[in-house]
Amino acid sequence: MTAGAGGAAGDGGAAGSSVRRVVVIGVGNEFRRDDGVGPEVLSQLGAAVPDSVRLVASDGEPARMIEAWTGADLAVVVDALQVAGAGLAATGQGGGPAPGRTHRLVIDEVTAGSATAVSSHGLGLGDAIGLARALDLMPARLIVHAVEVTDCSYGVGLTPAVAAAAETVTSAVLRDLRELGVPV
Amino acid sequence: MTHRADRTLVTTGLARVEGEGSMYVRVAGGQVEEVRLDIYEPPRFFEAFLRGRAYTEPPDITARICGICPVAYQTSACQAIEAACGASLPPGLAGLRRLLYCGEWISSHALHIYMLHAPDFLGYPGAVEMARDHRAIVERGLALRRVANAIMATVGGRSIHPVNVRVGGFYRVPAPAELRPLAEQLRTTLDLAVETVRWVAGFEFPDFSTDHELLALREPGVYAIERGTLVTSGGRAFTAAQFDEHVIEEHVPHSNALHARLAGLDGSYFTGPLARYSLNSRWLPPAAAESARAAGLGPTCRNPFQSIVVRAVEVVCAVEEAIRLIDEYERPDQPSVPVEPRAGTGHGVSEAPRGALYHHYVLDAVGNVASAKIVPPTSQNQAAIQDDLRSFVADRLDLDDEALTHQCEQAIRNYDPCISCATHFLKLHVERG
Repeated sequence: MTAGAGGAAGDGGAAGSSVRRVVVIGVGNEFRRDDGVGPEVLSQLGAAVPDSVRLVASDGEPARMIEAWTGADLAVVVDALQVAGAGLAATGQGGGPAPGRTHRLVIDEVTAGSATAVSSHGLGLGDAIGLARALDLMPARLIVHAVEVTDCSYGVGLTPAVAAAAETVTSAVLRDLRELGVPV
Repeated sequence: MTHRADRTLVTTGLARVEGEGSMYVRVAGGQVEEVRLDIYEPPRFFEAFLRGRAYTEPPDITARICGICPVAYQTSACQAIEAACGASLPPGLAGLRRLLYCGEWISSHALHIYMLHAPDFLGYPGAVEMARDHRAIVERGLALRRVANAIMATVGGRSIHPVNVRVGGFYRVPAPAELRPLAEQLRTTLDLAVETVRWVAGFEFPDFSTDHELLALREPGVYAIERGTLVTSGGRAFTAAQFDEHVIEEHVPHSNALHARLAGLDGSYFTGPLARYSLNSRWLPPAAAESARAAGLGPTCRNPFQSIVVRAVEVVCAVEEAIRLIDEYERPDQPSVPVEPRAGTGHGVSEAPRGALYHHYVLDAVGNVASAKIVPPTSQNQAAIQDDLRSFVADRLDLDDEALTHQCEQAIRNYDPCISCATHFLKLHVERG
């Protein structure tokens, strides 16, 4: 296991402690088809994790993301990813977009930059991470599961590839939790 | 300075989900020939999705339209349906509704002021870079957000897409003891809110003003938030039920968007913080009024760049109002009033952080939604933003591409347009010929 990436304030989750503060944040809007993959994973996790694991639905807005993960020993974020053209360089996977392909990133691999958004709606995970780093509000460990999506038009229901990916990610998140000693 | 014959500028906002928003500016022979803004689609999907649903469902469904202002959608939906069914809230429940709305105002405005707008004035590309140099300031913004989220969680059941709201009131109303700690937290927060006004009032603002007509709710005696009568700077006054007679939505050729205009008015109008302040500043509660005075705001404000100051004043107002509402709070006997379905039509308007949000429902005899119409603030403001950009660009053609692009973005940010329903991805194109 890699060391915590950012001295979370009041971090009481040192090795050996049996109490682990764990939060899973599902980002997305279930009324924008594939963008609902984050909420879908949350709902699949609902029956599978103990009450001690907080499940948080989010629109990705940075201040709320930071609030959700501050002080956590482990924060897992599930988000939709729209890839234009060249795949996701950070993971070393080339090629074009592949709906349903999943990426597991630990925090250090995510480029945290600021947006030039013209609306508060344009802010996202990159801003949340950048801001949390600047303010020392990172969780001890942050894992991002991103699912490449294809259809974010209005509507409900995931496309088949993304629906399958939701199950894959649910299993992957459970593995992340198990690795930390959470009984799942 | 750059005066090449042909150039194109493209800037992209961070996209969690890609949409199709764009702004297009064409300059020829030193004149602004065309400005097109296509940032927002009306929530037609939701209007269609609501048809056939039970009259109890629109507050929850429409709350999902906007992650930043779900309470506004819930409130306008509840009011429209309650009006259709002939129900009205007793003062206790109405007070709670206003309290919840105050939480949303604080949350949304603090987000916009600290994360988005202030970096423009301080010369940072974004909040992340600003936080590195101004940590204490950004932490103050997050503290404001925390108290807002606490209000939303205590009254609304949770801080995103509140689940405790229903037609006729709430599923559960808090005991006074649950709200008291919130009031204590808010009293501390009031100082942070006042400091915020002082801070942003010191920024430098471009010399710019608009002469658009202004539209806002008014409720004599209080600063209108969750209810009231619509008034305009041109002297109109009309109820939510007359909204469709006064606000006409028209298709514009270059986009899927509908632009709204006021019937019989040649120019544009807009809604939102500047309109509210200019039409209702006399009703601000004491600390907010004092902050506005100290910030140098007159009774009206028509410079969209100063909307950051007005938002900060409205945060003070919302904090003060939340404290008052909690101090006066007595737990209602029932968490909701009965709302019996019947065939009818209902209209509701409330002041979302970005401006007036209108809902209109037609119910059939068993209370199912026969039709729904939603007019959000951004579709009303789109024409005004476009007009602002046209005159703004015309005065700044000597700027180089990068500076002009940035200033255009800033001019759009003044309105904090809602792009969540339709677009998360913004492109800006400037062509000069």
